[in-house]
Amino acid sequence: MNIYAVLAIYKFEMARMRRTLLQSIVTPVLTTSLYFIVFGAAIGSRIQEVGGVAYGAFIVPGLIMLSLLTNSISNASFGIYFPKFSGTIYEVLSAPVSTLEVVLGYVGAAASKAIILGLIILVTAAFFIELRIAHPIIMLLFIVLTALSFSLFGFILGIWADNFEKLSIVPALVITPLVFLGGSFYSTDMLPPLWQSISLMNPVLYLVSGLRWSFYEISEVNVWVSLAGVSVFLVLCLAAVYGMFRTGYRLRP
Amino acid sequence: MLIDTPATGSTILSIQELSKRYAGGFEALKSVSLDIKAGEIIALLGPNGAGKTTLISTICGLVQPSAGRVLVAGHDITKDYRITRSLIGLVPQELTTDSFETVWNTVSFSRGLFGKAPDPAHIEKVLRSLSLWDKKDNMLRTLSGGMKRRVLIAKALSHEPRVLFLDEPTAGVDVALRKDMWAIVNELRASGVTIILTTHYIEEAEEIADRIGVINHGELILVEEKRTLMAKLGEKLLELELFETLKQVPDSLAGFDLELANEGLTLRYTFKVSQSGDNAIATLLDALRAEGIAFRDLHTSQSSLEEIFVSLLDQTAVESASESAS
Repeated sequence: MNIYAVLAIYKFEMARMRRTLLQSIVTPVLTTSLYFIVFGAAIGSRIQEVGGVAYGAFIVPGLIMLSLLTNSISNASFGIYFPKFSGTIYEVLSAPVSTLEVVLGYVGAAASKAIILGLIILVTAAFFIELRIAHPIIMLLFIVLTALSFSLFGFILGIWADNFEKLSIVPALVITPLVFLGGSFYSTDMLPPLWQSISLMNPVLYLVSGLRWSFYEISEVNVWVSLAGVSVFLVLCLAAVYGMFRTGYRLRP
Repeated sequence: MLIDTPATGSTILSIQELSKRYAGGFEALKSVSLDIKAGEIIALLGPNGAGKTTLISTICGLVQPSAGRVLVAGHDITKDYRITRSLIGLVPQELTTDSFETVWNTVSFSRGLFGKAPDPAHIEKVLRSLSLWDKKDNMLRTLSGGMKRRVLIAKALSHEPRVLFLDEPTAGVDVALRKDMWAIVNELRASGVTIILTTHYIEEAEEIADRIGVINHGELILVEEKRTLMAKLGEKLLELELFETLKQVPDSLAGFDLELANEGLTLRYTFKVSQSGDNAIATLLDALRAEGIAFRDLHTSQSSLEEIFVSLLDQTAVESASESAS
């Protein structure tokens, strides 16, 4: 294991977060606060409780999941796409590093940043609502697994993308709608039966539901199904990344 | 990891029938074979698109070979990529740097990436040798093109490679910096590093290389010691300024490659550099004396590597044209 290379990539990627501290930390805190003001205070005053949980508290897992998914994908996709775009990728490709080491460095850093942001949102939420976490270990497991698997997905996206439009099209056109329609801000019980069935085809619903269970022990789908789903997604992404490096797809002509 | 590297003079890089055909069908390398000795400087010359960068990129792991193999210090670049890549440093043609990183951080990053433990003393030595020490805390975006080129060399040297690839190291740099680069290359050679450089500048190859390889259309059409190449293919020109106008070259001098210029007042004699040792000039002067042809002055000039290179490319173009015609 080329541990020095893993550390070099990891530290290099984390340094970008430090350089853009305002954008990296202040922005999610502000956005989360806005969500609480709009959804928690304005809408929450009309929807008192969902499944026995105050509306403001109900949306916290959804907000964390929204941040985890979008940040994991954007961090990892940008992390590998930008060196491709600027040409500095030559150094990683000519270095004595394996696929696993490259992934550990890039994806590890992207996931770390997303996890830090998720925890910042959790802390920010505590200023607005009374926070209760029934299963903190399961919560952490969900956060880590989601950050890792979606960072891997973002990494795949960054390798696949050959322009900035492609880089942003999947998060904008696929992930954001899935998150908003995945029960982040509502319970699917509130939907008509047809839309409840359609919602079950949305993978993000399983993530939000699983994370919400770790907080309040309420869920739309079984928590173990959610955990199994995200684990399978993680393995699929790992296999895809391995395949990309083995064949040199869009990296080594 | 301790890796045995060949002693100076023995083969450190062996390219064996290496071919590369890109997905679109373009054949960038056609069965290229070449052995490079430890401690030598070899310059690869060739026009744009000849395959020089593809050759370097394949050896360094940036491009996948279609056929053939490459050994670095006896290790296969595909099977033993960890060993071979740790022995190689690459300075790419493009000035690709992370704009917002400092010189120190980016060079330290490269050392880590290539599996070496942090060694601030070595990084300092590299930066000082490249006159970058004063700039160590500067962000890369604030550096000039020449300084960025030095940073790329520093990055490539950060992990103490035994083989250094310089892809067009002086492309787009001014004359002063080019000479600095040549001095750096000579220092590296003195420290035992094997250097393979590609260049468009013939004078660069002429100045610093031990051997010259010429690549055209993906084929290595010639590899030769620089001096041997110049002696074998180079020509010398002797110009004699005559006292009296000569209307035509006398028949007795038909054995010499002579031509008249300057309305018969200049006699030009072209001969191979390799003939110099055969008293080519003395023989001609004796023949002129016998004919009673007197001259007031003479001077000689030798064809440059550039002229040799152009004539080689012309020769291959003619050969391939006649092959396709037949």
